[in-house]
Amino acid sequence: MSHKPRLAVFKFASCDGCQLQLLSCEDELLSLAESVEIVHFIEASSHVEAGPYDIALVEGSITTAHDRQRIQVVREQSQTLVTIGACATAGGIQALKNWGDRADYVRSVYAQPEYIQTLATSTAIADHVRVDFELRGCPINRFQLLEVLQALVAGRKPRTPTHSVCLDCKRRGTVCIAIARDAACLGPITQAGCGAICPDFQRGCYGCFGPSAQPNCDSLADWYVQDRTTHVQLVPLLRNFNADAEAFKATGDRIDPHSEPGTV
Amino acid sequence: MRPATASAPLEVSNDPWRTWGVTVKRLVDEAPNIFTIELAFNDPRVASEYRFEPGQFNMLYVPGVGESAISIAGQTSAKTLQHSIRAVGSVTRAIQRGGVGMQLGLRGPFGTSWPVATPSAPAAVHDLIIAAGGIGLAPLKAMIASVVHNRTQFDRVSVLIGARTPADLLYHLEYDQWRQAAIDVQLTVDRPDDGWTGQVGVVTLLLERLTLPHPTATRVFTCGPEVMMRYVAKSAESRGIPSQNIWVTLERHMNCAIGLCGHCQLGPEFICKDGPVLGFDRVRRWLSVYDL
Amino acid sequence: MLAASYANHRNRILMLRKFAKAELNRLLAHLRSLGFTVLGPKLEDEAIVYGQVDSLADLPRGYSDSQQPGKYRVSQAEHQFYFEFNLGPHSWKQFLFPPRVSLSTAQLDATGWTFETPHQPAPKLAFLGVRACELAAIAVQDRVFLHGPYVDPIYQARREAVLIIAVNCTVAAATCFCTSMLTGPKCQAGFDLALTELDDCFVAEVGSQRGAEILEAITTESATPPEIEQAKVREQGAVEQIQKSMDTTNIRNVLLDNLEHPHWDTVAERCLSCTNCTMVCPTCFCSSVSEVADLSGEHVQRIRQWDSCFNLDFSYTASGTVRNDRRSRFRQWLTHKLASWHDQFDSSGCVGCGRCITWCPVGIDLTEEVAALREPPISNRRLPVIEPPPTICHLPRSPVDPHAAISAEETQ
Repeated sequence: MSHKPRLAVFKFASCDGCQLQLLSCEDELLSLAESVEIVHFIEASSHVEAGPYDIALVEGSITTAHDRQRIQVVREQSQTLVTIGACATAGGIQALKNWGDRADYVRSVYAQPEYIQTLATSTAIADHVRVDFELRGCPINRFQLLEVLQALVAGRKPRTPTHSVCLDCKRRGTVCIAIARDAACLGPITQAGCGAICPDFQRGCYGCFGPSAQPNCDSLADWYVQDRTTHVQLVPLLRNFNADAEAFKATGDRIDPHSEPGTV
Repeated sequence: MRPATASAPLEVSNDPWRTWGVTVKRLVDEAPNIFTIELAFNDPRVASEYRFEPGQFNMLYVPGVGESAISIAGQTSAKTLQHSIRAVGSVTRAIQRGGVGMQLGLRGPFGTSWPVATPSAPAAVHDLIIAAGGIGLAPLKAMIASVVHNRTQFDRVSVLIGARTPADLLYHLEYDQWRQAAIDVQLTVDRPDDGWTGQVGVVTLLLERLTLPHPTATRVFTCGPEVMMRYVAKSAESRGIPSQNIWVTLERHMNCAIGLCGHCQLGPEFICKDGPVLGFDRVRRWLSVYDL
Repeated sequence: MLAASYANHRNRILMLRKFAKAELNRLLAHLRSLGFTVLGPKLEDEAIVYGQVDSLADLPRGYSDSQQPGKYRVSQAEHQFYFEFNLGPHSWKQFLFPPRVSLSTAQLDATGWTFETPHQPAPKLAFLGVRACELAAIAVQDRVFLHGPYVDPIYQARREAVLIIAVNCTVAAATCFCTSMLTGPKCQAGFDLALTELDDCFVAEVGSQRGAEILEAITTESATPPEIEQAKVREQGAVEQIQKSMDTTNIRNVLLDNLEHPHWDTVAERCLSCTNCTMVCPTCFCSSVSEVADLSGEHVQRIRQWDSCFNLDFSYTASGTVRNDRRSRFRQWLTHKLASWHDQFDSSGCVGCGRCITWCPVGIDLTEEVAALREPPISNRRLPVIEPPPTICHLPRSPVDPHAAISAEETQ
């Protein structure tokens, strides 16, 4: 890229928290602005430029027919498409609807359900278009976001680890709460990136960065169910912000006798 | 016990993490996606102390991107170091983009070298078979140069080179010089183009047709994909060359290059310091185990 | 006097002194006055970990722990001992081979890059409460970082600055097996002082000139024969509590001859590849260097962090990932630790501390895995890959992929 790369940020079904991480890069934002040109970022500025874009950051999942069309346009307009956050990479918390009855939900939430046009499922962007890089997290870690942008500008592979949260706990010296307190911690099967914050505050990891590389969710789930928790408690833990991530979904469905995922 | 020898780090520093500044003086495209760079040390003091043995490698460093282990292909008359690189990862692509004038960091040399006879350590006159696949010729090139230089130490010397296509043959401008030193240079490719008049097929084909008057006094040095090297070794053994006369060079993830990071292990071997040049009899057992 | 006597009698090594427990406070104060930061066991986050210890009050007096595969509990006990507990999740490795350390820097200015290795001066640390298996672990890491062809300057500086006050174990956890690995529970070497805690005093064995010197700063007496006897009884107590064992007979060959044993698949079904065993292991030394740059890219640090052979990208090469499943990664860890370590460093990589057993989230016990690997395989599911010989081929090609066989794309 000889010119400054043109960066665009797009939102689909999401809470905006991941985009906010970009705005939270206060100290680095000026430096960032020197290396990329932010031309489409509605959260930050009403000035938007038309594509094509060099880098598109896509937040949110696909939950409507309209968005299913729109993501195709974003893809066509974008040289490099990076999905950010659990919604964009695994359908987000709203993917819980994949296990429910859409009509039922709509009726119980909205006074006039006939105005609601929604798909039966919430799905990751990669289920619809080719994605060049997925940045995990609920929300994403802004330092990882900066790393991804730096890497893209420099034309190298981003350094975002795929190892478990456990490695980060150990590097920072946190006592394992799964062993010392019997917490049903998802750290051993969850990808690092958060800095292992929750276990350091004696709270079990709830998997917001999604499955680590080649996770053994079945083994951990079986051990926890046998030792410290129940299916009833464990299934919602796996079906959380990354409910639709394949590894979490498979184990959640396996140990949940009532599981009937919605049709995709 | 270990014929291949590891050399000590530069005397100007005992710190294996010490990185030297080098500058890319020349960049030549060798083959599709493969290029050769020539590096000069920024500090003449380091340049005068730097020594390597053929087969060893350097860690080339692009600040902010990382290090990559690259074998030393040779040294020019101007004392620049040659490295042939395939642009496959972040570091190698960054070097390719950077081109002439780019400044890099360098740690090295590391690892073992080809156990060829040298004037300081002459061996009984013997025959050499050097078998390379693709960019596998790079770690062998400096050794071939030293053989040319000490040609009388050896009897028959054959260099067998295989590549995917004629365009993938490295260093083709040097073949004539090798041949002038009475080295038998043979080429084979997988996919010939219209102008190709040479052999077609795998490199072991060339080995199997060689005349071997003294198999037990013949050494085989090979570098290429592991599967190729195993075939070469097998073929050499079937021709009566003892396995302890066969040497391979291996590739694993090298992070520290000094045997302290654990990445490059193959069974008991640290490829960075016990290798990359290893006796085939020493590693054949480990090479036969899938994803060891 | 003590120091002179130690110097005169070093062949005997064994010099047993005793001192009242309160004297340990004075010893700690003395170490501080010499510029040492004393690190020792502390109760934190429901575990006994290592941190700064300024006085006896910081020690987990009256606490005990219970351990089993995948479980650790610490609780108040009936006793008033300071060291009546077993190893927690931390090891001393974190201070000698820190989890994150800067190796070098690169700075860009108008003239180009400047590379430097500004290693931080090593902190002057005193380790208090080092157990026998941990002394063995430090000795193992010494072999790795100091006694090979390359010396790690960071480890070396830290190691040379350390003073070690060991403590003999008087209890053992259900996960301890130092007796199998011949590393404990009695401290044999590698310490400046080794203490055995009795009801009302410590019996101290002097292990170095420096140990003798620091002992001179406090009031000590010769240990009496009954005290020496009592110390032996207490130490024997730990031996008798050890339940776990590992058969190390010919273990190197047993493991390396069974690389295709079907049990590797069985354990891979349980293993999470989460890295916990390697992180708590006091001898595991794997690391990776990563680049940390500011946004301008002109100020770069190379950071070495603990890494693990259980990580997928640990064996990544341009040609692909070498160990691409949990089976091969668990096999790498266990065979390295117990078998190929012997080839590399003339010792086992395991000291029998049992941390990998306790701190495995699914309770995998390497002693049981070794026992299972000693059983003859029922069937060899995976046989070594033996390719058919390459056909001498002019076109058309042989069934062997000549593409793969001929080009050395990845070998640089």
